[in-house]
Amino acid sequence: MDYYFKTEQISVGYNKVPLIKNIDIGLNKGEILTLIGPNGAGKSTVLKSISNQLKLLHGTVFIDKNDLSLMTSSDLSKRMAVVFTEKIKSELMTCEDIVATGRYPYTGQLGILTKSDRMQVEKAMELVNVSSIRNHDFSMISDGQRQRVMLARAICQDPDVIILDEPTSFLDIRHKLEFLSLLQELKAQKGLTVIMSLHELELAERVSDKILCVNGEYVERFGTPEEIFQTGYIKSLFKIDTGSYDEEYSNMELIPPAGDTEIFVIAGGGSGRSIYRRLQRKRKAFITGIIYENDLDYPVAKALASDVIKAKAFEPIDSLIVETARKKIEKCNTVICCKNSFGSFENANEKLLEYARDLGKNIEMINW
Amino acid sequence: MQNSRKHRYILAFGILIIGTFLFFLLNICIGSVSISLSDIINIINKNDMVTSASTIIWDIRLPRTFAVMILGGALALSGYLLQTFFHNPIAGPFVLGISSSAKMVVAIVMVFLMRNAIRVTSFEMILAAFAGSMISMGFVLLLSGKVSGMSRLIVVGVMIGYICSAITELIVTFAQDSDIVNLHNWSRGSFSGMTWDNVLVMTIVISITVILIFLLSKPLSAYQLGEVYAHNLGVNIRALRIYLVVLSSILSACIVAFAGPISFVGIATPYLVKKLLGKSTPILMIPATFLGGSVFCLLCDLLARMLLAPTELSISTVTAIFGVPVVLWIMMERKKEGAY
Repeated sequence: MDYYFKTEQISVGYNKVPLIKNIDIGLNKGEILTLIGPNGAGKSTVLKSISNQLKLLHGTVFIDKNDLSLMTSSDLSKRMAVVFTEKIKSELMTCEDIVATGRYPYTGQLGILTKSDRMQVEKAMELVNVSSIRNHDFSMISDGQRQRVMLARAICQDPDVIILDEPTSFLDIRHKLEFLSLLQELKAQKGLTVIMSLHELELAERVSDKILCVNGEYVERFGTPEEIFQTGYIKSLFKIDTGSYDEEYSNMELIPPAGDTEIFVIAGGGSGRSIYRRLQRKRKAFITGIIYENDLDYPVAKALASDVIKAKAFEPIDSLIVETARKKIEKCNTVICCKNSFGSFENANEKLLEYARDLGKNIEMINW
Repeated sequence: MQNSRKHRYILAFGILIIGTFLFFLLNICIGSVSISLSDIINIINKNDMVTSASTIIWDIRLPRTFAVMILGGALALSGYLLQTFFHNPIAGPFVLGISSSAKMVVAIVMVFLMRNAIRVTSFEMILAAFAGSMISMGFVLLLSGKVSGMSRLIVVGVMIGYICSAITELIVTFAQDSDIVNLHNWSRGSFSGMTWDNVLVMTIVISITVILIFLLSKPLSAYQLGEVYAHNLGVNIRALRIYLVVLSSILSACIVAFAGPISFVGIATPYLVKKLLGKSTPILMIPATFLGGSVFCLLCDLLARMLLAPTELSISTVTAIFGVPVVLWIMMERKKEGAY
């Protein structure tokens, strides 16, 4: 298959020492590729290399079948724009001035903007919604506005491919969402191909068409989000040993409490999550059950509880499971019940609570 | 907004051009012999009459004033280029030790040639100074890769300056008496003794250099954003850096060859001009800085001649008095912005 943007067996690194070898990327026009991987794994190095800031140590990058290394720097600047983490130096420059620098490849010998250049600047500013701050000093605006202005600048370059290094790192949640939505819109409107690195895995999973996983030595995986976010993979990519990340639910939890388990939590339907976390903060180990595998409580329980008594979704609860739960309760001295009332399919849990009462356990009822 | 910006640029250039004219005239009129404007117009119109006044105007004040104007502009511009190059607002040929090392090489050449009774031409002086500029520029570049930050770069420059001054002193100590008189005046920095020949040579060299610099204003504007973005916009960074080094060294060399090392003009002027324009776009800054340097040096030379007349002060004495407060102002402002 012919890809619009393609790398063939590229090796990247500094001072002729390859850091990551044999990277093969294939993207169709208008796709978003996100690089994920631990700090220092070489995401920036890859981005810098495919944008020709760093010399490739091996291999070739193609845009639309053109070999990047054979393109003139002026042609390349019309095809590829960058937004990097390096702070732009802007002495006495307004946001409009910054955006206008994107027209550089199109202006004449002295770099004077023509009317049509001005129009492009105008359009780019409107597209990312920064027209209202056009006359503000670039060094005085907020991080969210700054990233937008930088994006407008890149759009002004009228590129086919845009490369962004951690564009959302300094943004708050609202601006992260706004910025990524903007990228999706650009991709839809202009057929822009986007290559970027993100630290926010949950966002990477949602915004990307393809994901490239870099682990510091080689590319571990390249594929669609579904192919990448498989159970246990994130833990191994980032070498997580404290806490957990649940690929299915994009759910992350801190390290589960250790020690003797003296608490049994009866939960279900999302009623237990906050209690689990409260126990985690108090560093009290607990067992929880009986939880269906598709329950809202399940991913948190799996991450934090020392043991989860679980039941298969959409199946009646097996008596064996109930028996296990009872045995666990016998060993605990406190039972926390997160339910005020039990539904007709929570019969087993209701009975567990009664059993605990009969045993004379210390019962804590959580009233929601 | 577009219009109000334009008005500001016109105003700024108006002030600079009028300032240049005004100080040009004052420099010609005022001196140990005061000559009125009407007399000057007479002298210039009827240049066949040889009087003491016409000699003063034609042979002393006019060439000197032209030289001050041209060299002052060149000095400010070379400061501006170095500041752009190092992304450092207090870089300049004097603080980076470029002037001192140019002076050192010129001193060596002068002593050597004079001893052999060879007259040094202006052009050879420029070449010697250029060689000197490149030597210290090389050192600064070598070390600037290893030190970062505004103040450290300057420390490197000042150290180079000290070494060069020490070597120059050594040469002067071993030189013959007659050489020393020559060297001493020149090495303190002075615009005195300019001839029309000097003016001609400097005009040719400096105007070519300035035109070349002006043609670089587009890549310079991209370079200002930082190298990553400049590179992405298609600027050949390596070539641009070489141009910057060579062109700013030619300018510094001209100044040292004709007037000796002059301090602070290269730092203070670009900064003041930037404040006046309210913009740092190279295409505006290059001509404005040149004009600003002319005004600044015309004013300083006037004061150097007038303050303790008939004794003439060294030009650096005056430029330092005006320049140092500006440099301190720059550093305070930077601190406020938390840049360093």
